[in-house]
Amino acid sequence: MTAPELELGLDTFGYITVDETGQPLTPDAVIRDYVEEAVLADSVGIDSFNIGEHYRPDFMDSAAHVMLAAIAGRTKRIRLGTAVTVLSTQDPVRVYTNFATLDAVSNGRAQLVVGRGSLTESFPLFGFDLADYEELFEEKLDLFTRLLRDQPVTWSGKFRSPLVNQYVTPALPKGHLPTWVGVGGSPQSVVRAARYGLPLMLAVIGGPPGRFAPLVELYHRALDAYGHPRQPIGMHSHGYVARTDQEAVDIQYPYWEETFEKAALERGWARPTMARFQAERANGSLYIGSPETVATKIASMMRLLGLSRFDLAYATGRVPHKQRLATIELYGREVIPRVRELLADHPVPPIPSSHVSAEVPAQPSV
Amino acid sequence: MSSAETGDRRLGIVGAGRVGTTIARAAIGSGYDVAISGSGAADRIALIVDVLAPGARPVSTDEVVRHADLIVLAVPMHRFRELPRDLFAGKTLIDAMNYWEEIDGVDPELANAPGGTSVVVQERFPSARVVKSLNHITYYKFDESRRPHGAPGRIAIAAAGDDRAAVAAVMQLIDRLGFDAVDAGPLEAGVALEPDGAVFGASYSAHELSSLLWPAASSA
Repeated sequence: MTAPELELGLDTFGYITVDETGQPLTPDAVIRDYVEEAVLADSVGIDSFNIGEHYRPDFMDSAAHVMLAAIAGRTKRIRLGTAVTVLSTQDPVRVYTNFATLDAVSNGRAQLVVGRGSLTESFPLFGFDLADYEELFEEKLDLFTRLLRDQPVTWSGKFRSPLVNQYVTPALPKGHLPTWVGVGGSPQSVVRAARYGLPLMLAVIGGPPGRFAPLVELYHRALDAYGHPRQPIGMHSHGYVARTDQEAVDIQYPYWEETFEKAALERGWARPTMARFQAERANGSLYIGSPETVATKIASMMRLLGLSRFDLAYATGRVPHKQRLATIELYGREVIPRVRELLADHPVPPIPSSHVSAEVPAQPSV
Repeated sequence: MSSAETGDRRLGIVGAGRVGTTIARAAIGSGYDVAISGSGAADRIALIVDVLAPGARPVSTDEVVRHADLIVLAVPMHRFRELPRDLFAGKTLIDAMNYWEEIDGVDPELANAPGGTSVVVQERFPSARVVKSLNHITYYKFDESRRPHGAPGRIAIAAAGDDRAAVAAVMQLIDRLGFDAVDAGPLEAGVALEPDGAVFGASYSAHELSSLLWPAASSA
């Protein structure tokens, strides 16, 4: 089996940014800036640009497909995707039409990461009950994979009207719109991705990435158990690249602190400190530093976990547009070629084939 | 005998997610005989347990309760009310759950519990001896921070509960899992161990943890 092609991308949640004097930009200006950032990403050789989905005052990523379509019109090569689409509270038919159309206008460059979402503001917003968290995602992923794989679809479920022998347009060319399942560490979610035979995207926003190795093994063994071929695995983590380690720390730290201070207040997390920031840089999940520092860390994590995709959630928080552009430039021109070089010397090892557990039932609902 | 200090090394875990499998792995590593359940039949979690906590036995929740006197409750907080009220009768029940509004939704009873969410759990399971513990350190610390008794740099985990014998049994478990155990006092003092509480989410030595939980005592 040949190693899967490497994909080194960027993720953004569309943070509201500030200008050079620290004043927040207007939402429309912020959205246009992100389009410009994606255009630069394309020109410096970054493989993909992926936009999140939130409905909060400080995130402008509520309609990723519209931004991605604008980017598609101004780029030629870069893949255009999400990070992640909260499928639980969307209509899979609408997600299909939006992204199959994006695939057409971008000449085959659309991709998706779908997940349950780690923030849950979309549930009340769209009239869903958080108590149905598991069931909603399961049902919607089922319908979405059917739309991707075997149209016409005859389907019925609990949360939307049934479909009978339904074609949904536009039809996708075979193999288009690769759809990954985003997980945050729940073993049940890993097994579900394997059950559908979909590639796995690990969202690792803190702590040592090596702790995900057992989940990688679980994913491979579950794929085997369900009789699916090996699938690629990716990881999403936060980072910032500058000329030197010190410059990267100086630029990113205040915005990281501000962002996680807010999360600490809202979610009861430990307060951010410089000590924690430096510990995350050294042994955890922050990719912050010079191109060499960041490339070395990305390559070693990709090798450790057997990843073929890495998405840098670049410039956490309100980092100004100009400094976002600078980090994109360095990531594309210096980090990515260096990661490829490092992995060419020591390629991502194939995960050893492991035994198939006889105990997995054919149709568990996890 | 039920849960006073004992040579018994049997542990039951209800919940086979991130937290349940992590505690199972640590307990297996400490020589415990571990039975673990997810929602529904045992075969639904067989592969997960085999990979993430090899040596633990995937069983039904009823079998977990039969297996041990010491049981960890590690289901998503918004689901604990699905379990029968008398399920844990006479057992020491370690409430390792945390209430996250972002994940569990708005739950006025949990959000407004003055004595913390474990008091609500105790009210739900009146015949169990609820101890709040294993909830305040990041789950991956269970893998990377376990140390033998007396080792330098060992970090601490607190336990809060009204039944002192149950707290003692949980503190013995904590020590055997590889952490210093700190008595946090009665169940409602467990509010300090929750998200937004004084000690949540960071690693402390036993001395630091005690100082944070008992500031008056340590400054005296």
